Amino acid sequence: MQETTWNGEPLKNGDPPRGYLEAKGFWAWAYTLDHKRIGVMYLYTTLFFFLAGGVFALLIRIKLMFPGQHIFTNQTYNVLFTMHGALMIFLFVIPAIPSGLGNFFIPLQIGARDVAFPRINLMSYWVFVAGIVVILFSLVRPMDTGWTFYTPYSARTAADVTTLSFGIFLIGMSSILTGLNFLVTIHKLRAPGMTWHRMPLFIWSMYATSIIQVLATPVVGITFLLLAMERVLGVGFFDPAKGGDPILFQHFFWFYSHPVVYVMILPAMGIISEIVPAFSRKPIFGYKAIAYSSMAIAVFGFFVWGHHMFVTGMSGTAAILFSLLTYSVAIPTAIKVFNWIATMYRGSITFESPMLYALTFIFLFVIGGLTGMYLGALGADIHVHDTYFIVAHFHYTMVGGTVMGLLAGLHYWFPKMTGRMLSEKMGRPAWLLIFIGFNVTFFTQFILGFEGMPRRYAEYPAQYQALNILSTVGSWILATGILIMFANFVRGLFRGALAPPNPWKALSLEWETGSPPATENFEEIPTVTDWPYGYAGRQT
Amino acid sequence: MKEHDSGTRTYIVVWGALVMLTVVTVAVSYVHLGMMNVFVALLIASAKASLVALFFMHLRYENRLVWGFALAPLFFLVLIVVGTLSDTLFR
Amino acid sequence: MSGQSTHHGPGAAGHEAHMDPATAREAATLGIWTFLATEVLLFGGLFTSYIIYRIKYPQIFYEGHLKLDHVLGAINTVVLIGSSLTVALGIAAIRKGKVGLLRLYLFLTLLLAGTFLGIKYVEYTEKFSHGLYPDTDIFFSLYFMLTGLHGLHVLAGMVLLGAVLFLAGRGRYSESYHTPVEISGLYWHFVDLVWIYLFPLLYLLG
Repeated sequence: MQETTWNGEPLKNGDPPRGYLEAKGFWAWAYTLDHKRIGVMYLYTTLFFFLAGGVFALLIRIKLMFPGQHIFTNQTYNVLFTMHGALMIFLFVIPAIPSGLGNFFIPLQIGARDVAFPRINLMSYWVFVAGIVVILFSLVRPMDTGWTFYTPYSARTAADVTTLSFGIFLIGMSSILTGLNFLVTIHKLRAPGMTWHRMPLFIWSMYATSIIQVLATPVVGITFLLLAMERVLGVGFFDPAKGGDPILFQHFFWFYSHPVVYVMILPAMGIISEIVPAFSRKPIFGYKAIAYSSMAIAVFGFFVWGHHMFVTGMSGTAAILFSLLTYSVAIPTAIKVFNWIATMYRGSITFESPMLYALTFIFLFVIGGLTGMYLGALGADIHVHDTYFIVAHFHYTMVGGTVMGLLAGLHYWFPKMTGRMLSEKMGRPAWLLIFIGFNVTFFTQFILGFEGMPRRYAEYPAQYQALNILSTVGSWILATGILIMFANFVRGLFRGALAPPNPWKALSLEWETGSPPATENFEEIPTVTDWPYGYAGRQT
Repeated sequence: MKEHDSGTRTYIVVWGALVMLTVVTVAVSYVHLGMMNVFVALLIASAKASLVALFFMHLRYENRLVWGFALAPLFFLVLIVVGTLSDTLFR
Repeated sequence: MSGQSTHHGPGAAGHEAHMDPATAREAATLGIWTFLATEVLLFGGLFTSYIIYRIKYPQIFYEGHLKLDHVLGAINTVVLIGSSLTVALGIAAIRKGKVGLLRLYLFLTLLLAGTFLGIKYVEYTEKFSHGLYPDTDIFFSLYFMLTGLHGLHVLAGMVLLGAVLFLAGRGRYSESYHTPVEISGLYWHFVDLVWIYLFPLLYLLG
């Protein structure tokens, strides 16, 4: 990229145009109603907790190099793995793509000036921050329950579950407000001519995501409220001594927490559906199938929560029912994978960083998804339940899936958000280390789990040590890759080459405005006449 | 279609019906019908709820989209009840 | 709440009137119905618990409901239904541009809402004096959680309608613009709806 022109016009005194980033200072951000700025604030916040959660993970892995109690106490270990799970899930994986990239790109992709309710959008961010503050307060007596907060232990532990419940309630409220905003925005603010079947697939996936956020999150809200009230007022919903049922907590918890894994994965799938055609220079294959499968995943996702509870002593009826229903989710998921592959078939594929991460997503997510099928099968699940097989499985879906999708999106949209390009020279080695590190860390855990190493415990039988050391070494490779990637981000922010409006020659609307976009997004609201995947394909 | 005017009289008639139904549901509770008591009480409550939604909340004049948003949560409410019962009833 | 934010939105350029008034009104309506959907599922967790424990412990529920005062419950039902009427009439008034009438009806609504909470307070005091607390048994856990959460919603509704009343006094609403009135009204009706189910489930069914 040559730094002397921008948007076809010569640059005056070398200053790049700053678009929506023009206004500076704390209040220009804290009070902003601009969806782009709110999205950026969400990204900074969630990425911070990605790093924090990552540090916890590294500490856990270092401890697990040794079978017995080592380095820190078992209680400290319990706190660390709880914090790793809770921070990663609630403060990073769930909000990062929807609230961060979604906020930034939904209005841009549908040709709107902002979301439907800009003030509610800002409120959602500050409620999120308030939730974080409350959660930090609960660290005075830190959590040792695991991120699932199962009763009856969570109702009794000395840890400050009450404060934490309130914090998660706030985080949930923020999530609801964001989902509500997106639903209305997508319904009401599409540019003239943008019919449902001309929407980018990222929008379809965000629509499906928002449905889950709006309908599932209130249930976890009431669940944590009841948990807190159990500790404060002594209500007995989950307390067997008062006639309550601890398993009911798990029903409620998973009625939210299973659908919410699709809040994590659907937006990532949306990003992949944008990147794969753009870097294959081919129209997306099976547009409607991908779009509708997003909706199907959102709805089917509500029917399968019981598969987290096969070993709780739930009724055989429920177990068989939930096991059967679980398979239904595999169908729309497979549809997506096949369509991405068909899109790439005979395409002119180029391998810039966004595409590398997108391909990694497909590869890792297929492993995560297929092992999910083992776990959905009642018999197999009972064998590997509560072993490292599960840990490996959900890291393949959440890191291999969501995080790879997020990284793909960050690399893809970085030029649009910041007006600067990332370095491919740094990007590719970072990707390679992340890819290798991730697989070394977590594939070993499939084996460990299958051999019977139980999860969650601080100590384990010495026979598993060799593979645990391998897994820990993998986590260091992974961490190195992530550090280089962040170094690339920082370098890109300050020193990156200036980005043209459309560096990837992609066709959706966000690329038709400047990089970075102006505050009002578009000088004039565009009129849409076609879908955004009409890539000609470089004829061979 | 939002500005459709349901006149003051309609509102007062609906209100009258709601009060009547409240009286009926209290009265019925004194009659022992076994399981039918639950059924009747829920039926009356749902009738009242429908009146409120259709007239006071103007659902009658809303388009299909709003209807969809209004009814969708009920489906998911049934889902969580049925799914949980599939465990607790047969445990 | 959804409504207020769509309109008079000063701030960064590009945010004033990024929707035309008709779209803004439709968006607000859709927004509040979405919000009410989340409320249904918030109460949904409690309703699910109610169903499960009622099936499991019919005796506790029978004895529990005898200890509630269903006369006060019935009065409160009528009070809340009345407040729904006054809100509906208030909206009908502002649709014709009658701000004074709107304020009267909103005032009446707040009065009725206050009455509702007053009666609730009497009931709670009564229960406490008989040693009935949220931790007494499953029935009273449910009773206090359901009515307590509902009571919080009544309180929130009062704050919302109070704000609308205040802004109406400052001449904010007219025949052509009154979305926040409609939105708060919808919220208030929802609070009424929940009570319509709570009353028979807790007070009447034995």
